[in-house]
Amino acid sequence: MRNLILGFALTALFLIGAALSFLWTPYDHTVLEVTNKLKPPTLAHPFGTDQLGRDILSMIMVGARTSIAVAIVAVGIGIGLGVPLGLAAAASRGSWIDEVIMRGNDLIFAFPSLLIAIMITAVFGPSAVNAIIAIGIFNIPVFARVTRGAALSIWQQDYILAARVAGKGTMRISVEHILPNIANLLIVQGTIQFSLGILAEAALSYVGLGAQPPVPSWGRMLADSQTLFMIAPHITLFPGCAIVLTVLGLNLAGDGLRDLLDPRIRRAGL
Amino acid sequence: MLRYIVTRTGSLCLSLLVASVVIFALIEVVPGDPVAFMLGLNAQPDTVAALREELGLNASVLERYFSWVFGLLQGDLGTSYTYRSPVSEIVAERLVISLPLAAYALALTILIAFPAGILPAAYRGRAADVAVMGGTQLGVAIPNFWFAMIMVMIFAINLRWFSAGGFPGWEAGFFPAMKALTLPAIALALPQASILARVMRSALLDTLGSDYIRTARAKGLTKGQALRRHALRNALIPVLTILGLQFSFLLAGAIIIENVFFLPGLGRLIFQAISQRDLIVVESVVMLLVFAVIFVNFIVDLAYAWVDPRLRVQT
Amino acid sequence: MMRPVTFATGMSIALATAFSAQARDATVGMQLEPPHLDPTSAAAGAIDQVLYSNVFEGLTRFSSDGSVVPGLAESWEVSDDGVIYTFTLREGVTFHDGTSFDASDVVFTLDRARGPDSTNAQKGLFANIAGVQAVNDRTVVITLNEPQGAFLFNLAWGDAVIVAPESIEDIKSNPIGTGAFRFADWKQGDSITLVRNDDYWGTPAALDGATFKFISAPTAAFAAMMAEDVDAFYGYPAPENLAQFDADPRFTVLAGNTEGETILAMNNKLPPFDNKLVRQAVSHAIDRSAIIDGAMFGYGTPIGSHFAPHNPAYVDLTGNSAYDPEKAKALLAEAGFPDGFSTTLKLPPPSYARRGGEIIAAQLRAVGIEAEISNLEWAQWLEQAFKGYDYGMTIVSHTEPMDIGIYARPGYYFQYDNLDFQKLMAEFEVENDPDMRTEMLQKAQTIISEDYVNAYLFQLAQTSVVNAKLEGIWADAPTQAVDLTGVRWVD
Repeated sequence: MRNLILGFALTALFLIGAALSFLWTPYDHTVLEVTNKLKPPTLAHPFGTDQLGRDILSMIMVGARTSIAVAIVAVGIGIGLGVPLGLAAAASRGSWIDEVIMRGNDLIFAFPSLLIAIMITAVFGPSAVNAIIAIGIFNIPVFARVTRGAALSIWQQDYILAARVAGKGTMRISVEHILPNIANLLIVQGTIQFSLGILAEAALSYVGLGAQPPVPSWGRMLADSQTLFMIAPHITLFPGCAIVLTVLGLNLAGDGLRDLLDPRIRRAGL
Repeated sequence: MLRYIVTRTGSLCLSLLVASVVIFALIEVVPGDPVAFMLGLNAQPDTVAALREELGLNASVLERYFSWVFGLLQGDLGTSYTYRSPVSEIVAERLVISLPLAAYALALTILIAFPAGILPAAYRGRAADVAVMGGTQLGVAIPNFWFAMIMVMIFAINLRWFSAGGFPGWEAGFFPAMKALTLPAIALALPQASILARVMRSALLDTLGSDYIRTARAKGLTKGQALRRHALRNALIPVLTILGLQFSFLLAGAIIIENVFFLPGLGRLIFQAISQRDLIVVESVVMLLVFAVIFVNFIVDLAYAWVDPRLRVQT
Repeated sequence: MMRPVTFATGMSIALATAFSAQARDATVGMQLEPPHLDPTSAAAGAIDQVLYSNVFEGLTRFSSDGSVVPGLAESWEVSDDGVIYTFTLREGVTFHDGTSFDASDVVFTLDRARGPDSTNAQKGLFANIAGVQAVNDRTVVITLNEPQGAFLFNLAWGDAVIVAPESIEDIKSNPIGTGAFRFADWKQGDSITLVRNDDYWGTPAALDGATFKFISAPTAAFAAMMAEDVDAFYGYPAPENLAQFDADPRFTVLAGNTEGETILAMNNKLPPFDNKLVRQAVSHAIDRSAIIDGAMFGYGTPIGSHFAPHNPAYVDLTGNSAYDPEKAKALLAEAGFPDGFSTTLKLPPPSYARRGGEIIAAQLRAVGIEAEISNLEWAQWLEQAFKGYDYGMTIVSHTEPMDIGIYARPGYYFQYDNLDFQKLMAEFEVENDPDMRTEMLQKAQTIISEDYVNAYLFQLAQTSVVNAKLEGIWADAPTQAVDLTGVRWVD
């Protein structure tokens, strides 16, 4: 329960910061004041200013929007396409459908994701949308494989056999029995992918492939800070901690949710 | 089992064929001319034409595709436009860094993840569980390039325990070489190990909750025995899934880490090749990576079939 | 990639270092790695940085202050009409493979560079050559189509170094030159090693050998320097760290001149930049000191035209485009854009462009111009901006020495088409009188400054961090070269 509360608190902080930034930020993040660069935290600038004299707190608040948007859409793509594919593959285990789906998945996954992102960018130019596509595509096989793997072991259970004997169709069994039983695993994977999405967005913008300036992004803030943080540690510390705490919050919330939603696991305390 | 292997091999080949078309097509549409990049701003049109001819860039798309694929089948990866040496030689030079790095990181991942996954499952809710899980939470949450930057600052610049990066080469001796790979391997392994440990714990708890374990417990097995004899083997399925996924990350996903530690590995080679539009290098190396991953997945699938004999039965 | 010859020399370095009590080698960090090792067939500056003057030499060469001095030609005579150059070559020069250097090598080199199959990236340097003849082993006569004031200067470029027909086949992986260092080993992706050439014709190098280590990431460069993994970092990529190195007694920071005019280029044929008032408005909207301060941490000299401030012919024209946002707004209104306009700002990878671009976008926003930033790789930049004219504005540093002539090329990417200027440059090309040349250059600077072709930002500084005990690294960068022939350790 403590995990859940802490997780929700961190997640809420991150969501509120992002939402608030639509209405208000301490400073305009697009205004540069070069004479005021690299100032350590003060009352006026609680997180200090960056190498171009911008307020870091404001940039982190606006940057949260970029992270959320990219990660949520990317996970949506992964669940929306991956889970049905995984269920279908498990239900038709061993058939050509299973084979095609799984080999297709392997194929996508076999492509090195960052390189594909770089190539997508080389074709279409760097942008947040391309970051979403690049991250989203690689979420599909993750969900498909995890879904199939878990669904397969459920298909072996006695009660599925009973349901099948009772005349329920494959599709119905998948939705009514398999899906609820693998939901916990999907929540765990979903949280991992959400947080990985935030990390991936950070990594892509770190190499310059995500949202373009002046739209702030946490990853780019880290990239910009990397030659400066011996002189001004705060400019890498705050965006870095923003990423860590957000991802941490999401993961804790996901874990807590799973414990809450799945009494089977709690019973298994042995 | 034999029939299973045969079908899987067939689909392996088909996958590779599809992959070669996808890779080639993707690279064809990437705008940018390697020759323009190589000759710079003052190049004269006749110089550009001469170099294009020299590199064989004037052939048609189909001609280039087939000569590339037939080359691949004979083990010829082509000749790099910018380096002007055989791609296979360049790749071999990079692989002696990337493969050991991936293996090192994978070993660290397993070494950290197995105890870190089993311990909390065995002592669920106790202090060990809370501490280890808290640690893995942090490990998952830290961007590995940021973690790498911080490690460089602490261990290389302040403490001077490691060099800040670079690779002395294996001819400098095994230990100096491994030492140079240690920080990068840790940076790569930490998030992977944390993910794996979490999956492992959750998979173990899942199986520990299932009926057959309770039956086994009822028959008088201790918790440890139940864990060792039954739960672990079943929990290996999701763990193997994740490990299979992680391999590709460790091999190709090391680009950023290779850049932070300026290791001349495969990831950095492709990164440079893309920006220099050394397309033949990109094509061949991506194909090689795709092959490696598809092949590893193939092995993982066979391992599934071994762990769970029911999976190899065709329905 | 370990070639037998390489392996042997690699062994000898290892032995040499093992026996000398004190390391007499130097490791020099650089940001970019050469794609291959032939300076005469690629534009990559990294090739010259490693090999120019160290391994390969030309008939003439640049000295550390940028002046042209004798290289493999010990002297020359120019005919009165300025079209016949007679070079006398040095005696007793051999290539590193033992073959001797003579006039036939000069003929071979120049004919190869200007021939129909040439892949020389600066083929234009040789365009004026009508013929090259070896009179005897030590005399070469070069005939020009017309007089050319900059001919000796052109021969000093890295693209004009002398190569031998005996070793041309493998030059890309095993360069054989006449310089004070021999090529020893290339660990691709990591480093290139040179060793001293004990048979050198001139003053032998003080260093036993040198290793160029390629470190592209600024963090890694910082770490390598701080940990003293490298003895010098030539062209240190992150000016923000220089203050820290400067304060550290272990290091010396060298800040010198480069030939890199950094400009905000505008697409002169694309509306609204076809309107001089708009270009003038952009120029006045930009605060150079904020850019130099913010993007380069103070390293850089403001320029008001496309010309290097350390050149004797330089005129300070920064006043033409002084920072004045109110004037910029007024000019925009006069040009018919009272509410400003939107355009693109395409930025190549170097940090002067990326950081400078963010600052410029903010400054332009203040006068009503919305510049949408897109960060491009070089290949994309070449395709879109340079070749395709598909850009509004871009930031580039033009690092070739004395390149004001690009403004006489209407097809050049900023598409400036001024007949008067083109005529002036054509006259300049054939002018031999130094005073006249200076006057013409000054006139050229003024024309493009007053036409506001581009917004001229600053002269890129050459910043290097060097171990305090290492002496002789060039502070200035008159050409792309890390000349190690005069570098030595002092204790």
